[in-house]
Amino acid sequence: MSSAMGTRQKVGRRLINSAAVLGLVYLFAPIAVIVLFSFNRPKGKFNIVWQGFTLDNWAHPFSEPEFTDALLVSLRVAGLATICATILGTLIALALSRYRFKGSGAVNLFLVLPLTSPEIVLGSSLATLFLARGVERGFLTVVIAHIMFQVSFVAVTLRARIRGFDWTLEQAAMDLGATPQRAFWKVTFPLILPGILAAALLSFALSIDDFIITFFNAGSLVTFPLQVFGASRVAIPPQLNVLASMLLFGSIAIMVGGLIIESRKQRLAHGKKLARR
Amino acid sequence: MTHAQTRFTSRPEWVGLGVMVVLAVGVVSLGAGWVTGITRIIALAVMLVSVVGLVWTAFVGGLETRRALAPYGLLKPGILWLSLFFLAPLWSMLQMSLSSKKSRFDFSPSFTWEFGNYATALTDFGPQFSRSFGYAAIATILTLLIGYPLAYVIAFRGGKYRTILLGLVAVPFFTSYLIRTLAWQNLLADSGPVVSLLNTLRLEGVLEFLHIMDNGRLVNTPAAVIGGLTYNFLPFMILPLYVSLEKIDIRLVDAAMDLYTTASGAFRRVVLPLSLPGVFAGSLLVFIPAAGDFVNAQFLGSPSTTMVGNSIQNQFLRELNYPLASAMSFVLMTVITASVLVYAKFMGTDDLV
Repeated sequence: MSSAMGTRQKVGRRLINSAAVLGLVYLFAPIAVIVLFSFNRPKGKFNIVWQGFTLDNWAHPFSEPEFTDALLVSLRVAGLATICATILGTLIALALSRYRFKGSGAVNLFLVLPLTSPEIVLGSSLATLFLARGVERGFLTVVIAHIMFQVSFVAVTLRARIRGFDWTLEQAAMDLGATPQRAFWKVTFPLILPGILAAALLSFALSIDDFIITFFNAGSLVTFPLQVFGASRVAIPPQLNVLASMLLFGSIAIMVGGLIIESRKQRLAHGKKLARR
Repeated sequence: MTHAQTRFTSRPEWVGLGVMVVLAVGVVSLGAGWVTGITRIIALAVMLVSVVGLVWTAFVGGLETRRALAPYGLLKPGILWLSLFFLAPLWSMLQMSLSSKKSRFDFSPSFTWEFGNYATALTDFGPQFSRSFGYAAIATILTLLIGYPLAYVIAFRGGKYRTILLGLVAVPFFTSYLIRTLAWQNLLADSGPVVSLLNTLRLEGVLEFLHIMDNGRLVNTPAAVIGGLTYNFLPFMILPLYVSLEKIDIRLVDAAMDLYTTASGAFRRVVLPLSLPGVFAGSLLVFIPAAGDFVNAQFLGSPSTTMVGNSIQNQFLRELNYPLASAMSFVLMTVITASVLVYAKFMGTDDLV
C-alpha cells in the first residue's frame, strides 16, 4: 500500500515537473524564433519563412534608419521619463514607508488605480484631455504619459522593497550628531539605492516597451514600438530581430551583472560577520 | 501665540492633508476645465493661499510640526502629477463621452448630456465587448493552469536555482511586446512549425472539431488571439504566484502528511488556500490588461475576432469619433472595476495590492 502511494506520488511529481518544463518552453518559443530569425536571409519584405543562414544582418544592425531612429527616440523618452518618475515615485515610497500619517490608506489606493486601469483607458483618456485643452501631441505628451504610469509603478515596487527597512539606523546617526539631512544621505540613501535602481530599471523597460498609451499620445512622434506596429503591415526587415536580440542580451547582461554584484556584497557582509566572531 | 496659531500648529497633520487635497482638487479642476475665466483666478488664489498657509505653519511650528508635515511634502509632487494626468483625464473622458458631434466632421464635440453614445457603444459594439471579456477570462484561466505548476516547481523544488529560474520567467519582458507577438505570427503561420507539427501528428481533425483550427489554419482564429494573450501576460501570473507560494512554510505540508492526508489532500487543504492571494493578484494582473488589449487581436486575429480595444483605437484614431471612443473606454473601465470588486468579495480579500 505504502509503495503504491510512493509510485503515485512519484508519478505526480514527474507530471508537475514536466508541466513546469513545458511552461518554460512555451515562454521561450517566440524568443527563440526572434533570435533565430535575426540570422535569416529573407526573400521579399517579410521575415517569416526560414530561407538560409546569414550573419549579414548582425554585421549591419543599423542599416534600417527608420528602426534605428525610432529606437533612439524611445531611448530618449524612456531616459527622461524614468529620471522624473524615479524621483517622484521614490519620494512617495519614502513617505509611505517611513511615516504613519492621516490619509495614507487613500494614497495607497490612489497609487494602485493607474496600475489596475487598462492601458487603453489611460491612453485614450489622457489623449482626450490633451484634445480638450488644445495641447498638440508629440514628444512631451509621450514623456508626460510615461511618467504618469511609471510614478505608480516605482512607488509601489519600491515601497514593497523597503518595507522592512530599519529606520532606527537614521535615528542612531542623529544621536551621534548627524543632521537629519546628513543622516539621510549617509545612512538611508545608500541602503535603499539598490531598490531605487531596480525600480528605475524596470520602469525604464516598461517605458521603452510601451505601445498602447504611447499610440494615443504620440501625434507624429514615432517610438520603437510604434515603428514596429506601422511596419508590421508593410515590411519587416531582419534588422528588427537583430535590434530586439541586442536589447534582450543587453538587459540580460545588466540583470546578471546586478545579481552577481548583490550576491558578492552579501557574501562579503557574511564574511565580515564571521570574521568578527 | 494667537489662538488660531495654536490650533493650526497643534494639528499639523490636518494642515498637511488639507493642503494636499486642496491642491489636488485645484489641479484637477484647472486641468479638466471645471473652472474658466474669473473662477480660474479664484482657484489659483485658493491654491496659493493654502501653500502660503502651509509654509507659515511649518515656519512657526517646531520640529514636531515639520515632522508631521514631512510625509505630505514628499507625496505632493507625485500625487499632483497623478491628479493632473490620471484623474483630470478621466473627467475629460467622461465629459467627452456625453458630448455630441454636430456633423461627421466636427472634431471638437460639445458637451450635451448625449447618452446616445453609450447606447451606440453597447449595441453596435456588443460582440467586441463580449469577446474582450470572454477572451480575457479564458486567457486568465489558461495562465493560471500553465503558471501554477511552474511557480510551484520554482518555489518548492528550485533549490539554489530559484533566482535563475525566476530570472528566466522574466526574460520575455526584455523583448518588445509587439515583436514577441509577431514571433507568434511566425510560429502559427500556415507554413510555420506548429501547423506542420499538428499535421504530422494528424491532430487537425480534433482541433477543427474543438474550433481551435479553422480550415487548417491557426492564425486568424479566436484560439490564436487567446493564445497570444495567454502568452504575453503569463509572467504577470507566475510572479505573484511565486511570491505567495514561496512564503509557505513547507513544514505545514509535512504536518498535514503526518496527520495522514495524501499528497493531493495536503495540496488542496494547505498549499492551495495559502496561495490564494497570489492567484488573486495574478488573475487581476492578467485579466485587466488582457481585456483592454488590441495588439493580439490585430496581429493574430481576423475582423471577426476584434476586441473592444481595436474598436476604441479605431474610433479614436481613425474615425476621430472621440465621444463614441470615450463612451466605450468608460464602459470598459466600469465593467472591469465592477468585476474586480465582485472578485475581491468572492475571494475574500480586501487587500488589492
